[in-house]
Amino acid sequence: MKLLNEWPKYYKKDVVTHYCPGCGHGIVHRIVAELLEEMDLGKHAICVNPAGCAVLAYKYFDIDTLESAHGRGTAMATGIKRARPDKFVFTYQGDGDLSAIGTAETVHSANRGENFTVVFINNAVYGMTGGQMAPTTLIDQKTTTSPFGRDAKLEGYPLHITDVVSNFPGVVYAERVTVSNPAGIRKTKKAIRAAFQTQVDGLGYSIVEVLSPCPTNWKMNSVDSFKWVDDVMMKEFPLGVLTDKRGEKE
Amino acid sequence: MLPSRSTVSKVFISGNHTFGEAAIRAGCHCYFGYPITPQNELGEYMAANLRKAGGVFVQSESETAAINMVIGAAATGVRVMTSSSSPGVSLKQEGMSFLAGFELPAVVVNVMRGGPGLGNIAPAQGDYFQATRGGGHGDYRTPVFAPNSVQEIADLTYHAFDVADRYRTPVMLLGDGMMGQMKEPVVFPEKIGKLPPKEWALTGRGDDPSRYMASLILDPHEMERHNWKLYRKYQEIEKHETKHEEYMLDDAEIAVIAYGTTARIAEGALNRVRKDGLKAGLLRPVSLWPFPAKAIQDLAQRVKHFIVFEMSTGQMVEDVRLALEGEGNVTFFGRPGGVIPTPAEFARIIYREYQKIQAK
Repeated sequence: MKLLNEWPKYYKKDVVTHYCPGCGHGIVHRIVAELLEEMDLGKHAICVNPAGCAVLAYKYFDIDTLESAHGRGTAMATGIKRARPDKFVFTYQGDGDLSAIGTAETVHSANRGENFTVVFINNAVYGMTGGQMAPTTLIDQKTTTSPFGRDAKLEGYPLHITDVVSNFPGVVYAERVTVSNPAGIRKTKKAIRAAFQTQVDGLGYSIVEVLSPCPTNWKMNSVDSFKWVDDVMMKEFPLGVLTDKRGEKE
Repeated sequence: MLPSRSTVSKVFISGNHTFGEAAIRAGCHCYFGYPITPQNELGEYMAANLRKAGGVFVQSESETAAINMVIGAAATGVRVMTSSSSPGVSLKQEGMSFLAGFELPAVVVNVMRGGPGLGNIAPAQGDYFQATRGGGHGDYRTPVFAPNSVQEIADLTYHAFDVADRYRTPVMLLGDGMMGQMKEPVVFPEKIGKLPPKEWALTGRGDDPSRYMASLILDPHEMERHNWKLYRKYQEIEKHETKHEEYMLDDAEIAVIAYGTTARIAEGALNRVRKDGLKAGLLRPVSLWPFPAKAIQDLAQRVKHFIVFEMSTGQMVEDVRLALEGEGNVTFFGRPGGVIPTPAEFARIIYREYQKIQAK
């Protein structure tokens, strides 16, 4: 009998996940770990994990990792990559981390065209702190700090940070994907592979935004939360390649 | 850039340029910073010279970003520096807390200016509390060295990198606008060659087990262990890295205590009063944390009158009082806000105190 799915080399064994049932992080972690192995990057990879649910990513990724203060991941990644350009560097950040408190770091590392990769998990809320409103929270979406639904007059509009940075000349590859359905998961892997390869080829900044369910804070069951990504979230955050300048840079 | 990095010769150079040149010679590989007066010449020096020397210069989008770039570079094991002035150093405090928690070496220069708020761009010493009390959140200390000449800026910059590496801790060099802008003759120490590798650095796991650096320690007992571990390290630093200098103290009846620029001005004042036969000297803390409390206690065995000069409303004076534990009289004189006191002004204070003692 042929074993079709082996445990990824760069995913730690014998660990119990702290992520909630139905959370998208586990899927993206697995994809990243598989790619580190398939693309032979794990040995010289350094991951910057965020403040947020994925602050504990080092418990799962079996590669060198550095924790970041809230929002500062891409500044730290800049320091790592500039000091050691031969290393493979990526950040793994959520929407609060990367598009609220870390907006300046995100925008300027992207504008400098830093040669690293950002894996961006968008679940439209602050997960770890208990489901507060994020910059990405949808209009009318109820959170613990928008209990009557996000009101554009009071709280503004969902921030499309990946679209913003995709306009920068230094941002070589940007794509929005989802892990809410099997086809989306396959595309997510393809997108992160393209982003990782962009860095390996030395072309510049790459970012993949992954729409990811958060059933606990959305107060839904897992199935409904996956459907909500497909039916509601995707209308606000349409999937697709936002920029691909790989041809121009070569 | 100086004509030749290999020859040791006397050069006439500003304090801000000296921080940069000394850092490059001490093997600093990366510099990250954001413009702020009165330390801009340091960032500019690094922009012009560090890349030429094979290193990395990035002008960051903020002081916050700069200190986090420092964290990233430090985690990979290279020598790294950032610099700023008072308001910018406030923004770096979050990152300094993380450096302390991660146990990462880095050198942070603060060329102080008047404050609070934006204040002004004149020399001041109002950041003593922030520098010596950690500044950022959490239970940590930062070694702080305060030069009083451009030559000492060069020497202490080398020293700061060594202390940072030896103890895996951020180290602060605390100067002010006077130290940064002043030009003096400097002889740079020999350029440092190859540095020993840092086994703990994150450089990719290779075939070894993976490593992580995290300051998040959710288990309070584990966090407590980490705090005590840091504490033991700080005790070692107190034991081995406390530095001070004495000037004309042998027969002194009055001891002035001052650091950095103020100590330099105090020396001028002491030279004046000595001409009139006043027996007064200076104890100059070179390390502000660890504070030379023991040296002050020893001095209090024979000197009972202390004058503390600062360019603030009185910050280091608290450490002097703590060190003395009630032994001796302490008089404080300060000029805050960027006003630079004169030697004549300090001399008048010393005369006045001396007369009070004589009158008793």
